[in-house]
Amino acid sequence: MALKRFPVEAGHILAFADAIGDENPVYRDEEAAVAAGLEGIIAPPTFAVAGAHFDPHYPLRPTIGEPWFGSGREPTGIRAGGDGAAGGGPTPAVGTSSEETALHAEQHFEYHRTLRAGDVLTPSSHDGRTWQKEGRRGGTMRFTEFVTEYRDADGTLVLTSRTVAVRISRTEGAG
Amino acid sequence: MALSAAGNPVGTVFEAVVVDNLTRTQIVQYAGASGDFNPLHTDEVFVTRVAGFPTVFAHGMLTMAMTGRMLTDTVGDGRLARFGGRFRAQVWPGDTLTARAEVTGVVVEDGDRLIELAVSTVNQDGLEVFSGNAAASADP
Repeated sequence: MALKRFPVEAGHILAFADAIGDENPVYRDEEAAVAAGLEGIIAPPTFAVAGAHFDPHYPLRPTIGEPWFGSGREPTGIRAGGDGAAGGGPTPAVGTSSEETALHAEQHFEYHRTLRAGDVLTPSSHDGRTWQKEGRRGGTMRFTEFVTEYRDADGTLVLTSRTVAVRISRTEGAG
Repeated sequence: MALSAAGNPVGTVFEAVVVDNLTRTQIVQYAGASGDFNPLHTDEVFVTRVAGFPTVFAHGMLTMAMTGRMLTDTVGDGRLARFGGRFRAQVWPGDTLTARAEVTGVVVEDGDRLIELAVSTVNQDGLEVFSGNAAASADP
């Protein structure tokens, strides 16, 4: 169900760098990257999250042929109180329903080497700690940690990602 | 090009405006590039009528990515050893964000000299939206 193979592609890096407003030529021009002393085009520090595109079941991308929780004819494409928030994948899903909102609370990266265009990464994920606390406006905040290790084609650890998601219940006793 | 440890003692501050008047279009652009199509970030009808927020808001990872740009502009390309933090407040369309990094120390790990940085990104009202830390390999 999770991401098995994440090819790091130059065009994808370009689109990502554009989206974050970073004009650095090392993200878009091979010659400039080499001139900067790099082996080639590299990826920005947070690029690994974009591996979501290669997860066939990533819950925050509409699945072809299935209902989606964003608006269409109605404000949401799923029943009220439905399954907007789901788990799994290298980036834990954040979603929302009428009773619960799930948000990204923390993100931590450890770089063992810089991601390069041409890398083909194999991620492996495991759950970390879980804890909860009471929200200031009532309701419970439930935190879950998720660790993903990305290895390159040689099996060398390239990147470790630790994500903390928080689910906030909106009504007492919900979720 | 890397940061010099000797030339940037503890307390040295780096700062940059990383977005001025964030647009909904940039949030949509980030959704497409990152693959996170959560309608909380792009779907005004859903976010106001179902989720109950005043309007769409940016992905936390977009704020972190823009903060990362300040870091890589500061420490050099391919120099980061660690970068992490907490999303402390939502970032809305129209926001202007300033990212700041302050040198907190120098450590040697596995023979590599790392400059450690405390990282904070604030909006136009001075509200902190992201706080964390980073470490980057440095020259002597």
